[in-house]
Amino acid sequence: MSALLDVDQLRVQFAGKGRRKATEVLHGVSFDIGESETLGLVGESGSGKTTIGRAVLGLAKVHGGSIRFDGQDITATSQRQRRALAKDIQVVFQDPYSSLNPAMAIGDILSEPIVQQGSSSRDARARVKTLLDQVGLPSDSVDRRPQEFSGGQRQRIAIARALAPEPRLIVCDEPVSALDLTTQARVLELFAEIQERTKVAYLFISHDLAVVRHISDRVCVLFRGDVVETGVAAQVISHPQHIYTQRLILASPVADPDRQAERRRERRRLLDQQPTVATA
Amino acid sequence: MITYALRRLLTGVVLAVLVTFITFLLLSTSFHDMISTLLGPDVTPDAVARREHELGYDRPVLVQYGEWLVHAVRGDLGTSLFTTLPVGPSVLSHIVVTMSIVFPALLIAVIVSVVLGVWAASRSGAADRVAQGISLVGHVVPALLTAIVLVVVFAVELKMFPATGYVQFADNPYGWLRSITLPVVALVIAGMASMTAQIRGSMIEELGKDYVRTLRTAGVPTRSIVLKHALRNAASPALTVMSLEFIQLFSYSVIIENVFALPGFGSFAFSSAQTIDVPVIMGVTLVSVILVVVVNLLADIANGYLNPKARTH
Amino acid sequence: MSITVIPDPADQTSSTVPRRSVLRHLLKDPQAIVTAILLIVLFSAGLLSPLIAPHNPNAANLDAINAGVGTPGYPLGGDESGRDILSRLLYSIETSLISALIGASVALAIGLTAGLVGGYFSSTVRNSVEWVSSLIMTFPGLITLIVLLPLTGGDYRWTMLILGVLLAPGTYRIVRNLVLGVKKELYIDAARVSGLRDFRILSRHVLFSVRGPVIVNTAFLMGAAVAAQSGLAFLGVGAKDVPSFGLMISSGFNNIYAAPLQFVWPCICLGLITGSLVLFGNSLRDAFSGPRPKRPKPVHGLRVADGAAPEQTPTSSISAHAPVLAVEDLRVSFPGTKGLREVVKGVGLTVAEGEVVGLVGESGSGKTQTAFAILGVLAPEALVTRGSVRLEGRELVGLADSKLAALRGRVVSYIPQEPMSNLDPSFTVGSQLTERVRHCLRVSRREARQTVLDLLARVEIADPQRVFDSYPHQISGGMAQRVLIAGAIASRPRLLIADEPTTALDVTVQAEILDLLRDLQKEYGMAILLVTHNFGVVADICDRIAVMRSGEIVETGTTREVFRAPAHAYTRQLLDAILEDDDSPAPSAPADRLVEVAR
Repeated sequence: MSALLDVDQLRVQFAGKGRRKATEVLHGVSFDIGESETLGLVGESGSGKTTIGRAVLGLAKVHGGSIRFDGQDITATSQRQRRALAKDIQVVFQDPYSSLNPAMAIGDILSEPIVQQGSSSRDARARVKTLLDQVGLPSDSVDRRPQEFSGGQRQRIAIARALAPEPRLIVCDEPVSALDLTTQARVLELFAEIQERTKVAYLFISHDLAVVRHISDRVCVLFRGDVVETGVAAQVISHPQHIYTQRLILASPVADPDRQAERRRERRRLLDQQPTVATA
Repeated sequence: MITYALRRLLTGVVLAVLVTFITFLLLSTSFHDMISTLLGPDVTPDAVARREHELGYDRPVLVQYGEWLVHAVRGDLGTSLFTTLPVGPSVLSHIVVTMSIVFPALLIAVIVSVVLGVWAASRSGAADRVAQGISLVGHVVPALLTAIVLVVVFAVELKMFPATGYVQFADNPYGWLRSITLPVVALVIAGMASMTAQIRGSMIEELGKDYVRTLRTAGVPTRSIVLKHALRNAASPALTVMSLEFIQLFSYSVIIENVFALPGFGSFAFSSAQTIDVPVIMGVTLVSVILVVVVNLLADIANGYLNPKARTH
Repeated sequence: MSITVIPDPADQTSSTVPRRSVLRHLLKDPQAIVTAILLIVLFSAGLLSPLIAPHNPNAANLDAINAGVGTPGYPLGGDESGRDILSRLLYSIETSLISALIGASVALAIGLTAGLVGGYFSSTVRNSVEWVSSLIMTFPGLITLIVLLPLTGGDYRWTMLILGVLLAPGTYRIVRNLVLGVKKELYIDAARVSGLRDFRILSRHVLFSVRGPVIVNTAFLMGAAVAAQSGLAFLGVGAKDVPSFGLMISSGFNNIYAAPLQFVWPCICLGLITGSLVLFGNSLRDAFSGPRPKRPKPVHGLRVADGAAPEQTPTSSISAHAPVLAVEDLRVSFPGTKGLREVVKGVGLTVAEGEVVGLVGESGSGKTQTAFAILGVLAPEALVTRGSVRLEGRELVGLADSKLAALRGRVVSYIPQEPMSNLDPSFTVGSQLTERVRHCLRVSRREARQTVLDLLARVEIADPQRVFDSYPHQISGGMAQRVLIAGAIASRPRLLIADEPTTALDVTVQAEILDLLRDLQKEYGMAILLVTHNFGVVADICDRIAVMRSGEIVETGTTREVFRAPAHAYTRQLLDAILEDDDSPAPSAPADRLVEVAR
């Protein structure tokens, strides 16, 4: 079965400021996602994980390699092609405060892309009500504005917006990182539930290993623009092969004083074997 | 830092050339009228055309401009078509008068604005409102009216200052001071408004920032925080306003000179425009633009010094 | 004439206030109402001047020369040529209105389009637009308008058009900055992903967000145009048969000895128009920025409610054996729309010498406000309504700020959450740290410099001299946090308050910083109050925890106790929400497997 999303040797550069040379932020990244699968993309800052998401969404220019969606090459798309792709590929961003236009009512925010795809406004309104229902928000939300909702609720609205065209792939860029622990758990549940129901695939980007492990089928570990390890989530996290993955796992503190002390000791052991002076 | 300054200088020179060129280009449509005025009322079109050719005003615009530029760079701004006096010295003598009110006014306005702005930002309530009110006056009342009110009240009625006339500094320093006092006050009131509001706004914004709070937790005294840290960061946008303010004051001074009958740049520019005395107009434009460019350059350099991030762009 | 608009930090934020409430706000603002009415009345009178003016404005009547006020047929008198002043005033208003409309609309059309285009599209487009803007701004204002008189032939409408071009860069700047800000917002990205056309994004999303400052700017542009046209007319630039305030003031001024009141009428009228435009613009700005709370007096210290300060401790009871920190029944409130809103509701906790206490809670729990209250750096409008905070036995609540400042940085230090925004961007790291060290240790500059370098090395920075000479924007987040830690431990404080010190950092960096904090804590024997929402961090470094929810402490205990057997339902809820992290992974890579980690 061919992959839904196939990324091959992806290279992206950031333009240098003024006279400076351009820097390459992705050095040939490859991975794929199957239908209805969740691929976790985990890495720290500077790993390029967000850039990958943006490249798939057409928000970042690609300088090498290819991105194929359902067999079709989408590496460099025109605005019209993007509009067509919007039916299949959608996004949920990290920041629930800036991902919704504060000057618009929820109903307008949600119906705009639907109308854009060709529906009448009446159909759009009906669809909006269904969507709000699916994400667990009351239907009177349509007339209210983003400021009146909490962070978790706003993420639900963002998820509803992503679901509107019934996409086959949703790029989730750190969607729960800005949320409280308790809200995080609930929103992740929502993601799982939606996948169960609609069979959508997720490209789930996060810096939080625990989150990634919880929701991903497979995981891809990124370090400074390279994939250092890929595999089944549970496997990679319990038996990491690459030293960076090991360091990453050992660096995440665990919520148990004794186990954390143990983890700390293991981390120290690993660092002693491969010492690095703090350059960050 | 040096490369930054040089780059800004180069930009300034290019801009100056472009501005004078565009002005020349726009004026070239009136060359015909200019020659007609020069020759007088009862002249045949042929005579006008002949004179135009003699003086070289029928050549391509680019050529004429190029010739003017080459001379200007060497300091030769030509001679007035109408008075046959050399342009350079006349322009300079007039600009000195104007600058003798604009520069002091700019300096005073900056000092007053900084003091008032910082003071208002560190207080609130009545004190802040007073400061805002003072600066509002300059914004609400056009410079023209400020000048007129000042003249009528202090010169005509109270007779504290001369209503008109400019005294050369060389002739009588005290007289010079008296003759520029009211015009400078008018300019300061007009110019203070934007700068005070800008500094007050920037200071309030800076004082609300995280690093200010962290400095406080470190026990750094408030005076240090306000004057050393916050003011320095607030100065950057204020400098931009300041260089814009110079153009403003320059513009206002033209009007104020007229009210106080000072033999400044404004009247000079006006008479040259009326007669369409192109060499003089070009001289006027060049000197004005150079002043603007120089002030902007100084502000940019100051900004580059204060704001390390600006330098790296 | 003001080409620059009075700037206001509110101009930099795009408007989020809905249309209806802007209108409502305006209607409640007396300044707005008065100026609006004045403008409407004056401008209508001007527009209707052909109908309501008693005379032709240029009709000179020898009998009316310098006629006084109240002369029959000449209610405001006649000027030096015998023209009716009232009629001239009315027509002058019309001239002003037309000037305002031409100047403002040209400036707006150019500035708005340039700002939208320059702000939204690529940097090459923006740079070209920037260039043109700089070019226009180099033209010397009024001098240009005078000098181009041959071109306009004295027709003020053409002059106003050129003025509009000269004013455009001001509008362009405002719009461009707003658009750049809006462009970074994720909802614009979301719109692009939805496939919306650029034009629609610009017109629907971007334009709508910038409309506030633009409308405000328009009012100021109109004021500038009116003032400019008057100034030019006063100078005599322009056709003499077009009545305008400038002309009237000029002739009245020249005639001041013969008829002292003549110049007064046009001055008043001009002043009313420009003044109203500016004041209305200010009211508009207030309306668009939304309700702004009265700016509180920047108090440097804790604002304590009357009678709330507990008794000051006599010096004899300040002992080294008291807990380093003892907070009792602390209550902090903020003024809200309906009276005081309590954010810290009777918090009590203690930190013993050398102990690490975690203050845990979700956002909005009040943990950060508690920390700020202890340090005395709450926002100026916050009010401590009750409670006691004792640092080594010394009561802090009610203490004058100068005395509090003496303790800050010396006895109690602070590490903030977001390292980058907590360093002054205009000074090098070294100079900032040196200032702090000179302050808390009272040493000479040379000694301070050396101390700083030693501290930077102590916090495991590889090249202390390089970091010393760097500006904050030149170092990474983790490095910046180490710098802030260095500053905080310089005086070997008894208590270190760390506010989510690792939340903004990468997880590997976080682990290193936690190691560092643990080392420093052991070496210096300092107590730490660690504010966090991350239970992993708590498990790593804290001896005891206090769990906060909605301003109250719901549970305290040793770390082990709380983790193993949480007593309160909320604590249980929080612990359950932590995603399961199964058995510690066994790194299977042997040490000699050289896989490249760093590049």
